[in-house]
Amino acid sequence: MNALKQELKENIIEQLNLEEFTVEDIDNDDALFGDGLGLDSIDALELIVMLDKDYGIKLTDPEKSKEIFQSINVLAEYITEHRTK
Amino acid sequence: MKTCYIHSVVSISAQDSFSENDTIFEVREYSDYKISAVHPPYRDFIPLSQLRRMSPAVKMGVAASKKALEKGNVEQPDAIITGSGLGCMADTETFLNTLLENDEQFSTPTAFIQSTHNTVAGQIALGLKCKAYNTTYAHGSVSFESALVDAQLQIEAGEAKNILVGGVDELGTEFMDYVHLVEQKQMQPIQVSLSEGATFCVLSSEKKEGAVAVLKAVEIRSKIAEENIITEMHDFLKTNKVKPSEIDAVVLGNNGDAFDVYYENLQQQLFPETDCLQYKKYVGEFFTASGFAFWMGAQLIEGYTLPKNFFIRKAESKPYKTVLLYNQFKGSQHSFVLLTQC
Amino acid sequence: MKKGVAITGMGIVSAIGDSVEENLQALLTSKSGLGISKHIQTHHKNAIKIGEVGFTNTEIATQLQLSEDNNFTRTSLLGCLAAKEAIQNAGIKSISEYKTGLISATTVGGMDMTEKYWKQFASNPESQKYISSHHAGDSTEKIAASLGITDYVTTISTACSSAANAIMLGARLVKAGKLDRVVVGGTDALSKFTINGFKSLMILSETNCTPFDANRSGLNLGEAAAYLVLESDEVVAAQNKSVLAYVSGYGNANDAFHQTASSKTGEGAYLAMKKALEVAGLKSSEIDYVNAHGTATQNNDLSESIALQRIFKEKIPSFSSTKAFTGHTLAAAGAVEAVFSILALQKNSMFANLGFKTAMPETGLVPVTQLQKKELKHVLSNSFGFGGNCSTLLFSK
Repeated sequence: MNALKQELKENIIEQLNLEEFTVEDIDNDDALFGDGLGLDSIDALELIVMLDKDYGIKLTDPEKSKEIFQSINVLAEYITEHRTK
Repeated sequence: MKTCYIHSVVSISAQDSFSENDTIFEVREYSDYKISAVHPPYRDFIPLSQLRRMSPAVKMGVAASKKALEKGNVEQPDAIITGSGLGCMADTETFLNTLLENDEQFSTPTAFIQSTHNTVAGQIALGLKCKAYNTTYAHGSVSFESALVDAQLQIEAGEAKNILVGGVDELGTEFMDYVHLVEQKQMQPIQVSLSEGATFCVLSSEKKEGAVAVLKAVEIRSKIAEENIITEMHDFLKTNKVKPSEIDAVVLGNNGDAFDVYYENLQQQLFPETDCLQYKKYVGEFFTASGFAFWMGAQLIEGYTLPKNFFIRKAESKPYKTVLLYNQFKGSQHSFVLLTQC
Repeated sequence: MKKGVAITGMGIVSAIGDSVEENLQALLTSKSGLGISKHIQTHHKNAIKIGEVGFTNTEIATQLQLSEDNNFTRTSLLGCLAAKEAIQNAGIKSISEYKTGLISATTVGGMDMTEKYWKQFASNPESQKYISSHHAGDSTEKIAASLGITDYVTTISTACSSAANAIMLGARLVKAGKLDRVVVGGTDALSKFTINGFKSLMILSETNCTPFDANRSGLNLGEAAAYLVLESDEVVAAQNKSVLAYVSGYGNANDAFHQTASSKTGEGAYLAMKKALEVAGLKSSEIDYVNAHGTATQNNDLSESIALQRIFKEKIPSFSSTKAFTGHTLAAAGAVEAVFSILALQKNSMFANLGFKTAMPETGLVPVTQLQKKELKHVLSNSFGFGGNCSTLLFSK
């Protein structure tokens, strides 16, 4: 699980060009959207593709994905439970 | 009809035109077929959170627009009008490659939504929270001039007071290589580097202190036969009540290809004694490169001394009161721009 | 009320027909042009409905009598077809007789060929003719050349509001006396680029779109080209021309809210409509019918509905979106819907908002669901795009 969380942080930073952040800056409980990392709806769509590409998870409703993208902890749990690759 | 004043002109180019000095003292020489603009530290102009998604075109456009507005002392323009020949090429290439390489799977939206030509004007509006008129022209080498035509029309008609106008194009990564490849097969190809840059200015109906120059006229012609260029230019000047001998400098868009004959004819037949300048040798060729000529014209009228490299022909030092800009691309997309002292 | 700028000709090619007459027939019989793609090869072929023009590239090239080694992209081919019909419809024999311009809109430009040959450009000489046809201005240049227009020629690219802005600029140039006559409109071919782009935004519908419906599930893409001929009063008088309608108002504003999404208050749309009414000197109560942007995305339709409520208050005129006929034709949409608005005025008909069943709970607005006859004097047409670009046109008898 910890390796997955580390991987997620690295990928999110890279995929979303979060140049001002390092892996250490992101706490597992930090809000990814809004006040935390400051991600927005376009980032959510990027993350949906990341889930599909890296873990074989297909999300169809961008609204619903907001719950999954709450924090690294929530995201990692969801991936562990639903991943197909 | 109201006069169209130019309150500021800034340019990001392959030269140091965007530096603190506001002018160029020394010319950078290039020999590569592709050259980047001298990019300023964008963090000084754009918040990091916004910067993360921006391609060079957007960065150049947003930074140049901020400086142009600041110099022109305008917070909220009444219109934002941009021109871009190729639009946001870098993101277009990114999206296209992802799409083709993954067989239409795993495409992400960021590059797509930023690939449109109006991304720059949209981002400027978003940054300023500016709800005013907003449009983007994408017509090859007259993209910037199309924006000027629109702005001048609004100012003359009294529809807007202060207008932000800009032209921007970026190199991207591969498309320019293909352009170069095809160009090299021509009998007499373009001899200057392919490049990128952004020129932004504030145009206004008010003659404020510190106004740089007057945009007296701007005209676009899609096609002009080689043998008609003298007559066409003559007519343009006549319409604007200026004699060829009253033009103090002509800034020409020579790029070394076979169509330079248009510039040579004008230079020899209509302006045999006039100071003539060129710039593409130093800032490269791209669809909105003529924006740099607009910057040069304003510099001359403001009294800056441009490096001698830019001059094809220079008489003794004199003030420049009336400057003519002429550009064309491959015998099409001709633009005439007339700048005068305030 | 101000009279506006005269429209003396129009031409169109879209998923519902290859001429003004064919488009009119489809509109009058409520026949959608959406379906499974025939020409464009995409992975998502069976998962989406699109609005494709029936002709193949070769068929259009033959009609236009192009040489075999031409480098016309589909965007150019569609554009030439529609622009030629417009010139013919306006009864123009000699282009050079008056100072004539062309303002064309496109977003994809030559992308249909670029995406086909992108990976071959470096190595395959045959493909390289499509390098110079990539940029947006290329299709405009080709249309200008085919019509013989050499004067003021330019291209506008403001995403999905492009053609509306082209019509607006044309009207302004004629009004200011800068041009006697101008051909205005837009063209966009379908491409994998746009299909995958909208797919990545998760706003493509798997079924025929249902604008303004509570259960709408996104948009269908389409391809089209449409052009109008605008002429000055002097030209109209000198040639005793019949006028189809007038461009009586126009407005352009920016939502300045988000890069792609429209604001909840519909601010940009509201401002664009407000400006158009001001230019025309019309009260909102004088608008008889609205051809809405109505793409059928969750975001657009709600935002536009709220903007309509704000501008028209309790008296919202009859409105409908024709996107379920043609698909969303991006840069061409403003011109396609300009032609539809003019047809509405000519036939005193309001076209059906196909697929609508349930009003959205937020506004309760119900569009025109079946072809409806009514005496129309003023029609308002909306076009909005990425980058916050919002434009409104007003057409009057």
